[in-house]
Amino acid sequence: MPRIFLFGDNIDTDQMAPGQHMKGGIEALAAHCLEGVRSEFSSTVKRGDIVVGGKNFGVGSSREQAAEALKHLGVSCVIATSFAGIFYRNALNLGLPAMVASTLDGIEDGAEASVDQRAGTLITNGRTIALEPIPENIAPMLAAGGLAPFLRQRFQGAA
Amino acid sequence: MKQTLAQKLIARSTGAPAIIGEVVTANVDLAMIHDSGGPRRVEPLLQEWGVGLWDTSKVVLISDHFVPGDTGEGARILTLTRQWAREKSVTFHDGKGICHVVLPEQGHLTPGMFVVGGDSHSPTGGAFGCYMFGVGATEMAGVLATGEIWVKVPGTILIEWTGRLNPGVVAKDMMLQVCGEIGMDGGQYQAIEYAGEAVRALSMQERMTMSNMAAELGGQVGLIAPDETTAAFLANAGAPEADWSDLHTDEDADLLAHHRFDASTLPPQVAAPHSPANAMPATEASSDVDVAYIGACTGAKYEDLAAAAAILKGQKIAPGVSIAVAPSSAQDQQRATNEGIMKIFEDAGARILPNACGICAGYGTDRLGADVTCISSTARNFKGRMGDPTSQVWLASPYTVAASAIAGRITDPREFL
Repeated sequence: MPRIFLFGDNIDTDQMAPGQHMKGGIEALAAHCLEGVRSEFSSTVKRGDIVVGGKNFGVGSSREQAAEALKHLGVSCVIATSFAGIFYRNALNLGLPAMVASTLDGIEDGAEASVDQRAGTLITNGRTIALEPIPENIAPMLAAGGLAPFLRQRFQGAA
Repeated sequence: MKQTLAQKLIARSTGAPAIIGEVVTANVDLAMIHDSGGPRRVEPLLQEWGVGLWDTSKVVLISDHFVPGDTGEGARILTLTRQWAREKSVTFHDGKGICHVVLPEQGHLTPGMFVVGGDSHSPTGGAFGCYMFGVGATEMAGVLATGEIWVKVPGTILIEWTGRLNPGVVAKDMMLQVCGEIGMDGGQYQAIEYAGEAVRALSMQERMTMSNMAAELGGQVGLIAPDETTAAFLANAGAPEADWSDLHTDEDADLLAHHRFDASTLPPQVAAPHSPANAMPATEASSDVDVAYIGACTGAKYEDLAAAAAILKGQKIAPGVSIAVAPSSAQDQQRATNEGIMKIFEDAGARILPNACGICAGYGTDRLGADVTCISSTARNFKGRMGDPTSQVWLASPYTVAASAIAGRITDPREFL
Protein backbone atom coordinates (compact mmCIF):
# COMPACT_ATOMS: atom_id res chain seq x y z
CA MET A 1 0.00 0.00 0.00
CA PRO A 2 1.42 3.43 -0.91
CA ARG A 3 2.37 5.74 1.93
CA ILE A 4 2.11 9.50 2.30
CA PHE A 5 5.10 11.80 2.55
CA LEU A 6 3.67 15.00 3.99
CA PHE A 7 5.40 18.36 3.46
CA GLY A 8 4.52 21.96 4.32
CA ASP A 9 3.74 25.06 2.27
CA ASN A 10 5.93 26.56 -0.47
CA ILE A 11 8.08 23.51 -1.20
CA ASP A 12 10.27 25.00 -3.93
CA THR A 13 11.84 23.51 -7.04
CA ASP A 14 15.34 24.10 -5.73
CA GLN A 15 14.60 21.67 -2.87
CA MET A 16 13.46 18.99 -5.32
CA ALA A 17 16.23 19.64 -7.86
CA PRO A 18 19.14 21.45 -6.15
CA GLY A 19 21.09 23.74 -8.52
CA GLN A 20 24.41 22.21 -7.53
CA HIS A 21 23.32 18.85 -8.97
CA MET A 22 21.57 20.15 -12.08
CA LYS A 23 24.48 19.38 -14.37
CA GLY A 24 24.27 15.63 -13.80
CA GLY A 25 21.71 13.08 -14.89
CA ILE A 26 18.37 12.45 -13.21
CA GLU A 27 19.65 9.50 -11.19
CA ALA A 28 22.31 11.58 -9.44
CA LEU A 29 19.97 14.55 -9.06
CA ALA A 30 17.10 12.51 -7.61
CA ALA A 31 19.39 11.22 -4.84
CA HIS A 32 19.37 14.80 -3.49
CA CYS A 33 15.64 15.43 -4.00
CA LEU A 34 14.17 17.27 -1.00
CA GLU A 35 17.26 16.55 1.12
CA GLY A 36 17.27 20.10 2.48
CA VAL A 37 13.84 19.64 4.07
CA ARG A 38 13.89 15.88 4.71
CA SER A 39 17.28 14.25 4.42
CA GLU A 40 16.02 10.65 4.25
CA PHE A 41 13.41 11.27 1.55
CA SER A 42 15.16 9.81 -1.49
CA SER A 43 16.34 6.73 0.41
CA THR A 44 12.99 5.90 2.00
CA VAL A 45 10.38 6.79 -0.63
CA LYS A 46 9.05 3.70 -2.42
CA ARG A 47 7.41 3.10 -5.78
CA GLY A 48 3.79 4.22 -5.65
CA ASP A 49 4.17 6.54 -2.66
CA ILE A 50 2.30 9.83 -2.60
CA VAL A 51 3.82 13.25 -1.91
CA VAL A 52 1.47 15.71 -0.25
CA GLY A 53 2.26 19.39 0.20
CA GLY A 54 0.46 22.51 1.38
CA LYS A 55 -0.01 25.62 -0.68
CA ASN A 56 2.11 26.76 -3.64
CA PHE A 57 3.88 23.42 -4.11
CA GLY A 58 6.68 23.66 -6.68
CA VAL A 59 7.22 27.42 -6.43
CA GLY A 60 10.31 28.79 -8.16
CA SER A 61 12.23 27.59 -11.16
CA SER A 62 10.99 26.18 -14.47
CA ARG A 63 13.41 23.23 -14.13
CA GLU A 64 11.23 20.21 -14.81
CA GLN A 65 13.79 18.00 -13.05
CA ALA A 66 11.87 18.95 -9.87
CA ALA A 67 8.93 16.84 -11.03
CA GLU A 68 11.15 14.40 -12.89
CA ALA A 69 13.11 13.60 -9.70
CA LEU A 70 9.90 12.74 -7.84
CA LYS A 71 8.79 10.53 -10.70
CA HIS A 72 12.19 8.89 -10.92
CA LEU A 73 11.99 8.01 -7.23
CA GLY A 74 8.69 6.26 -7.87
CA VAL A 75 6.25 8.88 -6.57
CA SER A 76 2.88 8.05 -8.15
CA CYS A 77 1.04 11.29 -7.48
CA VAL A 78 1.62 14.75 -5.98
CA ILE A 79 -1.20 16.32 -4.03
CA ALA A 80 -1.26 19.86 -2.67
CA THR A 81 -3.76 22.51 -1.69
CA SER A 82 -2.31 24.60 -4.53
CA PHE A 83 0.52 24.33 -7.06
CA ALA A 84 2.85 26.87 -8.62
CA GLY A 85 1.85 27.15 -12.28
CA ILE A 86 5.00 26.02 -14.05
CA PHE A 87 5.56 23.04 -11.73
CA TYR A 88 1.96 21.96 -12.29
CA ARG A 89 2.38 22.01 -16.06
CA ASN A 90 5.76 20.27 -15.84
CA ALA A 91 4.47 17.46 -13.63
CA LEU A 92 1.58 16.68 -15.96
CA ASN A 93 3.80 17.02 -19.05
CA LEU A 94 6.09 14.39 -17.52
CA GLY A 95 3.18 12.08 -16.75
CA LEU A 96 3.21 12.71 -13.00
CA PRO A 97 -0.35 13.38 -11.80
CA ALA A 98 -0.62 16.60 -9.77
CA MET A 99 -3.93 17.03 -8.02
CA VAL A 100 -5.37 19.79 -5.87
CA ALA A 101 -6.88 18.79 -2.51
CA SER A 102 -9.57 20.84 -0.85
CA THR A 103 -8.05 20.16 2.58
CA LEU A 104 -5.15 18.37 4.22
CA ASP A 105 -7.20 17.63 7.35
CA GLY A 106 -6.83 13.98 8.29
CA ILE A 107 -3.74 13.46 6.12
CA GLU A 108 -0.90 12.00 8.20
CA ASP A 109 2.71 11.57 7.29
CA GLY A 110 3.52 7.89 6.84
CA ALA A 111 -0.12 6.81 6.64
CA GLU A 112 -1.24 4.37 3.98
CA ALA A 113 -3.32 5.93 1.22
CA SER A 114 -4.80 5.37 -2.19
CA VAL A 115 -5.67 7.83 -4.93
CA ASP A 116 -8.42 7.38 -7.48
CA GLN A 117 -7.58 9.86 -10.24
CA ARG A 118 -10.84 9.46 -12.10
CA ALA A 119 -13.07 9.70 -9.07
CA GLY A 120 -10.89 12.49 -7.68
CA THR A 121 -10.40 11.02 -4.24
CA LEU A 122 -7.64 10.35 -1.75
CA ILE A 123 -8.56 7.67 0.78
CA THR A 124 -6.50 7.52 3.95
CA ASN A 125 -7.15 6.72 7.62
CA GLY A 126 -10.72 5.80 6.73
CA ARG A 127 -11.36 9.26 5.30
CA THR A 128 -12.12 10.28 1.76
CA ILE A 129 -10.66 13.60 0.69
CA ALA A 130 -11.90 15.25 -2.50
CA LEU A 131 -9.37 16.06 -5.22
CA GLU A 132 -10.06 18.36 -8.15
CA PRO A 133 -10.14 16.34 -11.34
CA ILE A 134 -7.37 16.70 -13.94
CA PRO A 135 -8.51 19.43 -16.39
CA GLU A 136 -10.22 18.13 -19.52
CA ASN A 137 -7.70 19.60 -21.92
CA ILE A 138 -4.81 17.85 -20.14
CA ALA A 139 -6.39 14.47 -19.39
CA PRO A 140 -5.64 12.82 -22.77
CA MET A 141 -1.99 13.87 -22.55
CA LEU A 142 -1.65 12.53 -19.01
CA ALA A 143 -3.40 9.32 -20.02
CA ALA A 144 -0.81 8.88 -22.79
CA GLY A 145 1.91 9.09 -20.13
CA GLY A 146 2.84 12.74 -20.63
CA LEU A 147 3.63 15.18 -23.42
CA ALA A 148 6.53 13.17 -24.92
CA PRO A 149 4.54 9.98 -25.64
CA PHE A 150 1.49 12.10 -26.54
CA LEU A 151 3.41 14.03 -29.20
CA ARG A 152 5.19 10.88 -30.37
CA GLN A 153 1.76 9.43 -31.16
CA ARG A 154 0.78 12.64 -32.93
CA PHE A 155 3.91 12.88 -35.08
CA GLN A 156 4.35 9.20 -35.77
CA GLY A 157 0.64 8.63 -36.20
CA ALA A 158 0.62 11.33 -38.87
CA ALA A 159 3.67 9.93 -40.63
CA MET B 1 -16.42 44.19 -24.66
CA LYS B 2 -13.85 45.77 -22.40
CA GLN B 3 -10.65 43.75 -22.59
CA THR B 4 -7.58 43.38 -20.43
CA LEU B 5 -4.11 43.66 -21.95
CA ALA B 6 -3.65 39.92 -21.34
CA GLN B 7 -6.82 39.13 -23.29
CA LYS B 8 -5.75 41.36 -26.17
CA LEU B 9 -2.33 39.71 -26.37
CA ILE B 10 -3.76 36.19 -26.35
CA ALA B 11 -6.38 37.15 -28.94
CA ARG B 12 -3.58 38.32 -31.23
CA SER B 13 -1.88 34.94 -30.92
CA THR B 14 -4.99 32.88 -31.64
CA GLY B 15 -6.86 35.17 -34.02
CA ALA B 16 -10.01 34.83 -31.93
CA PRO B 17 -11.49 36.72 -28.97
CA ALA B 18 -9.96 35.59 -25.67
CA ILE B 19 -12.54 34.70 -23.05
CA ILE B 20 -11.27 34.50 -19.47
CA GLY B 21 -11.12 30.92 -18.21
CA GLU B 22 -11.13 29.28 -21.64
CA VAL B 23 -8.28 27.04 -22.71
CA VAL B 24 -6.90 28.10 -26.09
CA THR B 25 -4.03 27.12 -28.35
CA ALA B 26 -1.72 30.05 -28.98
CA ASN B 27 0.65 30.49 -31.91
CA VAL B 28 4.10 31.27 -30.57
CA ASP B 29 5.96 34.22 -32.12
CA LEU B 30 9.28 33.48 -30.43
CA ALA B 31 10.80 30.77 -28.24
CA MET B 32 13.77 31.55 -26.00
CA ILE B 33 15.89 28.78 -24.55
CA HIS B 34 19.08 28.65 -22.47
CA ASP B 35 21.89 26.19 -21.93
CA SER B 36 20.32 24.40 -18.96
CA GLY B 37 16.79 23.69 -20.17
CA GLY B 38 17.67 24.06 -23.86
CA PRO B 39 19.51 21.81 -26.31
CA ARG B 40 20.62 19.16 -23.83
CA ARG B 41 17.01 18.61 -22.74
CA VAL B 42 14.96 19.33 -25.89
CA GLU B 43 17.06 17.66 -28.59
CA PRO B 44 16.55 14.08 -27.29
CA LEU B 45 12.78 14.69 -27.41
CA LEU B 46 12.84 16.18 -30.91
CA GLN B 47 14.82 13.12 -32.03
CA GLU B 48 12.39 10.77 -30.31
CA TRP B 49 9.54 12.46 -32.19
CA GLY B 50 11.51 12.53 -35.43
CA VAL B 51 10.92 16.25 -36.01
CA GLY B 52 12.96 19.43 -36.37
CA LEU B 53 12.29 22.99 -35.26
CA TRP B 54 9.00 24.45 -36.41
CA ASP B 55 10.71 27.69 -37.46
CA THR B 56 14.43 28.29 -36.89
CA SER B 57 13.93 32.05 -37.32
CA LYS B 58 11.71 32.09 -34.23
CA VAL B 59 14.13 30.43 -31.82
CA VAL B 60 16.72 32.33 -29.77
CA LEU B 61 19.31 30.44 -27.73
CA ILE B 62 21.27 32.19 -24.98
CA SER B 63 23.96 30.65 -22.78
CA ASP B 64 23.90 31.83 -19.17
CA HIS B 65 23.38 29.10 -16.56
CA PHE B 66 26.62 27.14 -17.01
CA VAL B 67 28.76 30.07 -18.21
CA PRO B 68 31.76 30.14 -17.78
CA GLY B 69 31.71 26.33 -17.80
CA ASP B 70 33.95 26.03 -14.80
CA THR B 71 33.43 22.33 -14.19
CA GLY B 72 33.84 19.37 -16.51
CA GLU B 73 30.13 18.75 -16.81
CA GLY B 74 29.23 22.44 -17.21
CA ALA B 75 31.83 22.80 -19.96
CA ARG B 76 30.42 19.71 -21.69
CA ILE B 77 26.91 21.17 -21.61
CA LEU B 78 28.17 24.44 -23.14
CA THR B 79 29.95 22.56 -25.92
CA LEU B 80 26.77 20.63 -26.69
CA THR B 81 24.81 23.92 -26.66
CA ARG B 82 27.21 25.54 -29.16
CA GLN B 83 27.16 22.55 -31.49
CA TRP B 84 23.36 22.52 -31.48
CA ALA B 85 23.20 26.24 -32.31
CA ARG B 86 25.44 25.65 -35.34
CA GLU B 87 23.55 22.58 -36.53
CA LYS B 88 20.13 24.23 -36.22
CA SER B 89 21.20 27.67 -37.47
CA VAL B 90 19.30 29.46 -34.71
CA THR B 91 20.23 32.88 -33.33
CA PHE B 92 22.70 32.24 -30.50
CA HIS B 93 23.98 34.74 -27.96
CA ASP B 94 26.90 33.04 -26.26
CA GLY B 95 28.40 34.51 -23.11
CA LYS B 96 26.68 37.86 -23.71
CA GLY B 97 24.68 37.77 -20.51
CA ILE B 98 21.52 36.54 -18.84
CA CYS B 99 18.77 35.53 -21.26
CA HIS B 100 16.07 37.84 -19.86
CA VAL B 101 18.33 40.86 -20.26
CA VAL B 102 19.95 39.88 -23.56
CA LEU B 103 16.66 39.06 -25.35
CA PRO B 104 15.25 42.62 -25.35
CA GLU B 105 18.70 44.24 -25.45
CA GLN B 106 19.36 42.48 -28.78
CA GLY B 107 16.04 43.66 -30.23
CA HIS B 108 14.18 40.31 -30.25
CA LEU B 109 11.04 41.58 -28.50
CA THR B 110 8.35 43.89 -29.80
CA PRO B 111 5.03 44.74 -28.15
CA GLY B 112 2.20 42.37 -28.97
CA MET B 113 4.31 39.23 -29.34
CA PHE B 114 3.43 35.88 -27.76
CA VAL B 115 6.69 34.48 -26.38
CA VAL B 116 7.61 31.34 -24.48
CA GLY B 117 10.84 31.11 -22.49
CA GLY B 118 12.53 28.08 -21.01
CA ASP B 119 13.05 29.80 -17.67
CA SER B 120 10.79 30.85 -14.82
CA HIS B 121 11.82 34.51 -14.99
CA SER B 122 10.48 34.77 -18.55
CA PRO B 123 7.68 37.14 -17.45
CA THR B 124 10.41 39.80 -17.89
CA GLY B 125 9.20 40.10 -21.50
CA GLY B 126 5.91 41.49 -20.16
CA ALA B 127 7.71 44.78 -19.55
CA PHE B 128 7.72 45.19 -23.35
CA GLY B 129 4.03 44.39 -23.80
CA CYS B 130 4.70 40.77 -24.77
CA TYR B 131 2.69 37.85 -23.41
CA MET B 132 5.77 35.97 -22.22
CA PHE B 133 5.97 33.15 -19.69
CA GLY B 134 8.24 30.32 -18.61
CA VAL B 135 7.86 26.60 -19.26
CA GLY B 136 9.87 23.46 -18.56
CA ALA B 137 11.99 21.67 -21.13
CA THR B 138 9.48 19.02 -22.26
CA GLU B 139 6.85 21.66 -22.90
CA MET B 140 9.47 23.79 -24.67
CA ALA B 141 10.32 20.83 -26.89
CA GLY B 142 6.63 20.68 -27.78
CA VAL B 143 6.70 24.38 -28.69
CA LEU B 144 9.86 23.95 -30.76
CA ALA B 145 8.23 21.09 -32.64
CA THR B 146 4.80 22.62 -33.19
CA GLY B 147 4.98 26.39 -32.66
CA GLU B 148 1.96 26.06 -30.41
CA ILE B 149 1.15 26.00 -26.71
CA TRP B 150 -2.04 25.85 -24.68
CA VAL B 151 -2.89 28.60 -22.27
CA LYS B 152 -5.88 29.23 -20.05
CA VAL B 153 -6.93 32.84 -20.64
CA PRO B 154 -6.11 34.40 -17.27
CA GLY B 155 -7.87 36.96 -15.18
CA THR B 156 -5.86 40.10 -14.45
CA ILE B 157 -4.52 41.16 -11.08
CA LEU B 158 -3.79 44.87 -11.37
CA ILE B 159 -1.00 46.20 -9.20
CA GLU B 160 -1.24 49.96 -9.23
CA TRP B 161 1.53 52.16 -7.87
CA THR B 162 0.56 55.78 -7.30
CA GLY B 163 2.98 58.59 -6.44
CA ARG B 164 6.70 58.72 -7.18
CA LEU B 165 9.63 56.84 -5.68
CA ASN B 166 12.03 58.71 -3.44
CA PRO B 167 15.80 58.76 -4.16
CA GLY B 168 17.43 55.48 -3.16
CA VAL B 169 14.23 53.50 -3.65
CA VAL B 170 13.85 51.37 -6.80
CA ALA B 171 11.79 48.71 -8.55
CA LYS B 172 13.29 45.91 -6.39
CA ASP B 173 11.93 47.65 -3.29
CA MET B 174 8.51 47.92 -4.94
CA MET B 175 8.50 44.23 -5.78
CA LEU B 176 9.66 43.06 -2.35
CA GLN B 177 6.86 45.14 -0.85
CA VAL B 178 4.32 43.52 -3.20
CA CYS B 179 5.69 40.02 -2.44
CA GLY B 180 5.31 40.75 1.26
CA GLU B 181 1.76 41.98 0.82
CA ILE B 182 0.24 39.45 -1.57
CA GLY B 183 2.64 36.52 -1.08
CA MET B 184 4.40 34.14 -3.43
CA ASP B 185 1.10 32.62 -4.51
CA GLY B 186 -0.81 35.90 -4.73
CA GLY B 187 -0.54 35.79 -8.52
CA GLN B 188 -2.55 32.54 -8.72
CA TYR B 189 -0.90 31.81 -12.10
CA GLN B 190 -3.04 34.60 -13.56
CA ALA B 191 -1.90 37.72 -15.41
CA ILE B 192 -0.29 40.39 -13.26
CA GLU B 193 -0.33 43.89 -14.70
CA TYR B 194 1.62 46.79 -13.24
CA ALA B 195 0.28 50.30 -13.73
CA GLY B 196 0.13 53.75 -12.19
CA GLU B 197 2.20 56.89 -12.10
CA ALA B 198 5.23 55.28 -10.43
CA VAL B 199 5.38 52.46 -13.00
CA ARG B 200 5.02 54.87 -15.94
CA ALA B 201 7.94 56.85 -14.52
CA LEU B 202 10.24 53.80 -14.45
CA SER B 203 12.91 53.16 -17.06
CA MET B 204 12.73 49.95 -19.09
CA GLN B 205 15.39 48.22 -17.01
CA GLU B 206 13.43 48.99 -13.86
CA ARG B 207 10.21 47.80 -15.49
CA MET B 208 12.01 44.58 -16.40
CA THR B 209 12.70 44.01 -12.70
CA MET B 210 8.97 44.45 -11.96
CA SER B 211 7.86 42.05 -14.71
CA ASN B 212 10.61 39.53 -13.92
CA MET B 213 9.46 39.21 -10.34
CA ALA B 214 5.90 38.36 -11.37
CA ALA B 215 7.50 34.91 -11.04
CA GLU B 216 7.96 35.56 -7.32
CA LEU B 217 4.26 36.43 -7.09
CA GLY B 218 3.22 33.22 -8.83
CA GLY B 219 1.76 35.05 -11.84
CA GLN B 220 1.96 33.53 -15.31
CA VAL B 221 2.93 36.89 -16.82
CA GLY B 222 3.86 40.35 -15.53
CA LEU B 223 2.58 42.86 -18.04
CA ILE B 224 3.15 46.58 -18.44
CA ALA B 225 1.35 48.48 -21.20
CA PRO B 226 3.87 49.78 -23.76
CA ASP B 227 4.39 53.54 -24.05
CA GLU B 228 6.96 56.01 -25.38
CA THR B 229 9.56 54.72 -22.91
CA THR B 230 9.13 51.23 -24.36
CA ALA B 231 9.28 52.47 -27.93
CA ALA B 232 12.45 54.47 -27.30
CA PHE B 233 14.23 51.48 -25.71
CA LEU B 234 13.24 49.15 -28.53
CA ALA B 235 14.23 51.60 -31.25
CA ASN B 236 17.64 51.85 -29.60
CA ALA B 237 17.86 48.05 -29.46
CA GLY B 238 17.09 47.80 -33.17
CA ALA B 239 13.77 46.02 -32.73
CA PRO B 240 11.23 46.25 -35.56
CA GLU B 241 8.56 48.90 -35.12
CA ALA B 242 5.23 47.72 -33.78
CA ASP B 243 1.80 49.26 -33.38
CA TRP B 244 1.12 49.24 -29.65
CA SER B 245 -1.66 51.82 -29.59
CA ASP B 246 -4.30 49.27 -28.48
CA LEU B 247 -2.05 47.35 -26.10
CA HIS B 248 -3.47 48.42 -22.75
CA THR B 249 -6.21 47.26 -20.41
CA ASP B 250 -9.44 49.04 -21.27
CA GLU B 251 -10.94 51.23 -18.62
CA ASP B 252 -13.57 49.32 -16.67
CA ALA B 253 -12.34 45.94 -17.92
CA ASP B 254 -13.12 43.18 -15.41
CA LEU B 255 -10.26 42.58 -13.01
CA LEU B 256 -9.65 39.62 -10.73
CA ALA B 257 -8.12 41.93 -8.14
CA HIS B 258 -6.83 45.48 -7.86
CA HIS B 259 -4.04 46.15 -5.36
CA ARG B 260 -2.97 49.72 -4.67
CA PHE B 261 0.44 50.83 -3.38
CA ASP B 262 1.93 54.26 -2.73
CA ALA B 263 5.46 54.75 -4.08
CA SER B 264 5.96 58.06 -2.30
CA THR B 265 5.95 56.47 1.17
CA LEU B 266 7.92 53.31 0.28
CA PRO B 267 11.19 52.89 2.20
CA PRO B 268 14.00 50.56 0.98
CA GLN B 269 12.97 46.94 1.58
CA VAL B 270 14.77 43.72 2.37
CA ALA B 271 13.43 40.15 2.36
CA ALA B 272 14.67 37.89 5.14
CA PRO B 273 15.72 34.28 4.51
CA HIS B 274 14.25 32.11 2.94
CA SER B 275 11.45 33.80 0.98
CA PRO B 276 10.98 36.98 -1.07
CA ALA B 277 7.69 37.32 0.80
CA ASN B 278 9.58 37.96 4.08
CA ALA B 279 9.75 41.65 3.19
CA MET B 280 10.32 44.45 5.69
CA PRO B 281 11.84 47.94 5.67
CA ALA B 282 15.65 47.79 5.71
CA THR B 283 15.64 49.83 8.93
CA GLU B 284 13.77 47.02 10.70
CA ALA B 285 16.23 44.30 9.69
CA SER B 286 19.10 43.46 11.98
CA SER B 287 21.82 41.23 10.60
CA ASP B 288 25.54 41.35 9.92
CA VAL B 289 26.56 40.41 6.38
CA ASP B 290 29.54 38.40 5.11
CA VAL B 291 28.93 38.60 1.37
CA ALA B 292 27.35 41.33 -0.76
CA TYR B 293 26.23 40.15 -4.19
CA ILE B 294 25.26 42.39 -7.09
CA GLY B 295 24.01 39.98 -9.73
CA ALA B 296 21.20 38.36 -11.70
CA CYS B 297 18.57 39.51 -14.17
CA THR B 298 16.84 41.65 -11.55
CA GLY B 299 19.91 43.05 -9.87
CA ALA B 300 22.90 43.78 -12.10
CA LYS B 301 21.67 45.55 -15.20
CA TYR B 302 23.37 48.83 -16.10
CA GLU B 303 21.09 50.89 -13.86
CA ASP B 304 21.55 48.44 -10.96
CA LEU B 305 25.33 48.73 -11.35
CA ALA B 306 25.08 52.52 -11.45
CA ALA B 307 22.96 52.53 -8.29
CA ALA B 308 25.38 50.34 -6.34
CA ALA B 309 28.35 52.36 -7.56
CA ALA B 310 26.74 55.63 -6.49
CA ILE B 311 26.79 54.31 -2.91
CA LEU B 312 30.22 52.67 -3.08
CA LYS B 313 32.07 55.59 -4.64
CA GLY B 314 34.79 56.80 -2.29
CA GLN B 315 33.75 54.35 0.43
CA LYS B 316 35.45 51.32 1.94
CA ILE B 317 33.85 47.91 2.35
CA ALA B 318 33.59 46.80 5.99
CA PRO B 319 36.40 44.50 7.14
CA GLY B 320 35.53 40.85 6.60
CA VAL B 321 32.87 41.55 3.98
CA SER B 322 33.43 40.35 0.44
CA ILE B 323 31.64 41.77 -2.56
CA ALA B 324 30.99 40.12 -5.91
CA VAL B 325 29.49 41.69 -9.03
CA ALA B 326 28.16 39.75 -12.02
CA PRO B 327 26.92 42.33 -14.56
CA SER B 328 23.75 41.01 -16.26
CA SER B 329 25.04 41.52 -19.77
CA ALA B 330 28.28 42.25 -21.58
CA GLN B 331 26.66 45.32 -23.12
CA ASP B 332 25.68 46.70 -19.73
CA GLN B 333 29.15 45.93 -18.36
CA GLN B 334 30.75 47.77 -21.30
CA ARG B 335 28.61 50.84 -20.67
CA ALA B 336 29.45 50.65 -16.95
CA THR B 337 33.13 50.39 -17.82
CA ASN B 338 32.93 53.40 -20.13
CA GLU B 339 31.32 55.46 -17.38
CA GLY B 340 33.83 54.50 -14.67
CA ILE B 341 31.34 52.37 -12.77
CA MET B 342 33.31 49.12 -13.01
CA LYS B 343 36.37 51.00 -11.70
CA ILE B 344 34.41 51.89 -8.57
CA PHE B 345 33.67 48.18 -8.00
CA GLU B 346 37.31 47.29 -8.57
CA ASP B 347 38.46 49.99 -6.16
CA ALA B 348 36.04 48.56 -3.60
CA GLY B 349 37.77 45.20 -3.96
CA ALA B 350 34.86 43.52 -5.75
CA ARG B 351 35.30 40.21 -7.48
CA ILE B 352 33.91 40.62 -11.02
CA LEU B 353 32.13 37.48 -12.22
CA PRO B 354 31.12 36.56 -15.80
CA ASN B 355 27.98 37.94 -17.47
CA ALA B 356 25.84 34.99 -16.42
CA CYS B 357 23.47 33.68 -13.76
CA GLY B 358 26.37 33.20 -11.35
CA ILE B 359 25.68 32.67 -7.67
CA CYS B 360 21.93 33.30 -8.09
CA ALA B 361 21.36 29.99 -9.85
CA GLY B 362 23.94 28.16 -7.73
CA TYR B 363 24.89 25.93 -10.67
CA GLY B 364 28.62 26.55 -10.74
CA THR B 365 31.51 26.61 -8.32
CA ASP B 366 30.60 30.12 -7.12
CA ARG B 367 28.31 29.28 -4.23
CA LEU B 368 27.79 30.49 -0.68
CA GLY B 369 29.54 28.52 2.05
CA ALA B 370 28.12 27.15 5.29
CA ASP B 371 26.61 29.73 7.68
CA VAL B 372 27.45 32.63 5.36
CA THR B 373 25.07 35.58 5.47
CA CYS B 374 24.64 37.23 2.08
CA ILE B 375 22.77 40.34 1.02
CA SER B 376 21.89 39.97 -2.61
CA SER B 377 20.29 42.03 -5.37
CA THR B 378 18.79 38.84 -6.86
CA ALA B 379 15.12 37.81 -6.91
CA ARG B 380 14.97 34.54 -4.98
CA ASN B 381 16.35 33.46 -1.60
CA PHE B 382 15.12 29.91 -1.16
CA LYS B 383 16.98 27.80 1.38
CA GLY B 384 20.16 26.43 -0.20
CA ARG B 385 19.51 27.92 -3.65
CA MET B 386 22.71 29.99 -3.73
CA GLY B 387 24.85 27.58 -1.74
CA ASP B 388 24.98 25.64 1.48
CA PRO B 389 21.57 25.04 3.12
CA THR B 390 22.86 26.85 6.21
CA SER B 391 23.63 30.03 4.24
CA GLN B 392 21.28 32.95 4.87
CA VAL B 393 20.27 35.17 1.95
CA TRP B 394 18.63 38.56 2.32
CA LEU B 395 17.21 40.16 -0.82
CA ALA B 396 17.53 43.89 -1.41
CA SER B 397 18.04 46.57 -4.04
CA PRO B 398 21.54 47.25 -5.40
CA TYR B 399 21.56 50.47 -3.33
CA THR B 400 20.85 48.53 -0.13
CA VAL B 401 23.34 45.77 -0.98
CA ALA B 402 26.10 48.35 -1.50
CA ALA B 403 25.24 50.28 1.68
CA SER B 404 25.18 47.06 3.69
CA ALA B 405 28.60 46.07 2.32
CA ILE B 406 30.03 49.35 3.60
CA ALA B 407 28.36 49.09 7.01
CA GLY B 408 28.91 45.34 7.41
CA ARG B 409 25.27 44.96 8.40
CA ILE B 410 21.94 45.52 6.72
CA THR B 411 21.61 49.25 6.23
CA ASP B 412 19.15 51.72 4.73
CA PRO B 413 21.08 53.14 1.73
CA ARG B 414 19.65 56.61 2.18
CA GLU B 415 22.28 57.15 4.88
CA PHE B 416 24.85 57.19 2.07
CA LEU B 417 23.04 59.25 -0.56
